[in-house]
Amino acid sequence: MPKVRIVFDRVRVEEKMLEQKAIELGHDTKMIDAKTTQINTESKKNNFDFGDVVIERCVSYFRGLHFTACLEFLDVPVINKFEVANNCGNKMLTSLLLRKHNVPTPKTYFSFSSDAALETLDKEGYPLVIKPITGSWGRGVMALKDRDTADAIVEVRELSDGPLDRIYYLQEMVRRPPRDIRAITVGEQVIAAMYRTSTDSFKTNIALGAEPIACEITKELDDVCVKASKAVGGGILGIDVMEDEKHGLVVHEINNTVEFKGLAKVAKLNIPKEMIEYAIASAIR
Amino acid sequence: MNCPECDAKIKIPDDASVGEIISCPDCGADFEIASKNSGVCELKHAEKVGEDWGE
Repeated sequence: MPKVRIVFDRVRVEEKMLEQKAIELGHDTKMIDAKTTQINTESKKNNFDFGDVVIERCVSYFRGLHFTACLEFLDVPVINKFEVANNCGNKMLTSLLLRKHNVPTPKTYFSFSSDAALETLDKEGYPLVIKPITGSWGRGVMALKDRDTADAIVEVRELSDGPLDRIYYLQEMVRRPPRDIRAITVGEQVIAAMYRTSTDSFKTNIALGAEPIACEITKELDDVCVKASKAVGGGILGIDVMEDEKHGLVVHEINNTVEFKGLAKVAKLNIPKEMIEYAIASAIR
Repeated sequence: MNCPECDAKIKIPDDASVGEIISCPDCGADFEIASKNSGVCELKHAEKVGEDWGE
């Protein structure tokens, strides 16, 4: 009987769904709290009960990333791998990898000082969308519509002066319907997709109240998502896609610890089941 | 059990698990279930939402 371990730092609906499904499938299942787990450089795999495979589900990106590094140090199979988590947790790395692997993605500008960022905006024209290099749930994502707004945002960044605040990620504002597509890939398969429609903002995060509506997995969507997944290293991923009026489907973000409670409402396949079966198959392979 | 903050009654669902967040209906404080033994839960203050939380 395969042993499935789910590492968490806060139990959300998704972690409960995964645990319940793993038990239903007859697997030896345990939840492991990352916050209370102690690992050191002398630790060995057999000091812990990490089972045959760990599904890393921390809500905190950096906690999950570093916990994954420890698991890989102990030679514990973990989904997703450290490299994948690192690639997806940093929007700049994601954009670079997508472009490098010829996955359609919005044109994105990187500037490494506030002056250079303002120069890019003045040169390329407004609006551009500014996003934090690491960030989630749409926080800090803003449309810079004019120089005054840009000046204000730059000033705020200079005051907060976080280590990544002087790296500016500016993305073209894609002309599209007021929605985007969230697809979940498990290995090389797109298992579910939904439209996320927003009525009062250009942001379409479910966490911000966007409505999930079922989306057909067309060949074009399947192709672009599988290619995007491969570009960052594969695994269990949430691929965010926009319908660009000029260029068709473009991938703008890839999520490492994908939330799926919204998508589960409209998906045909059982998302937790697909994830668990993939994790076990990857570990045994 | 009672809220560690304001002493109001907090109802914890039977199927709640360790790591889940429970909110006090009176004062709104959030608590994480730190342990659960024979139906008895120990609560601790939940972590604040971090900048790197979510997807």
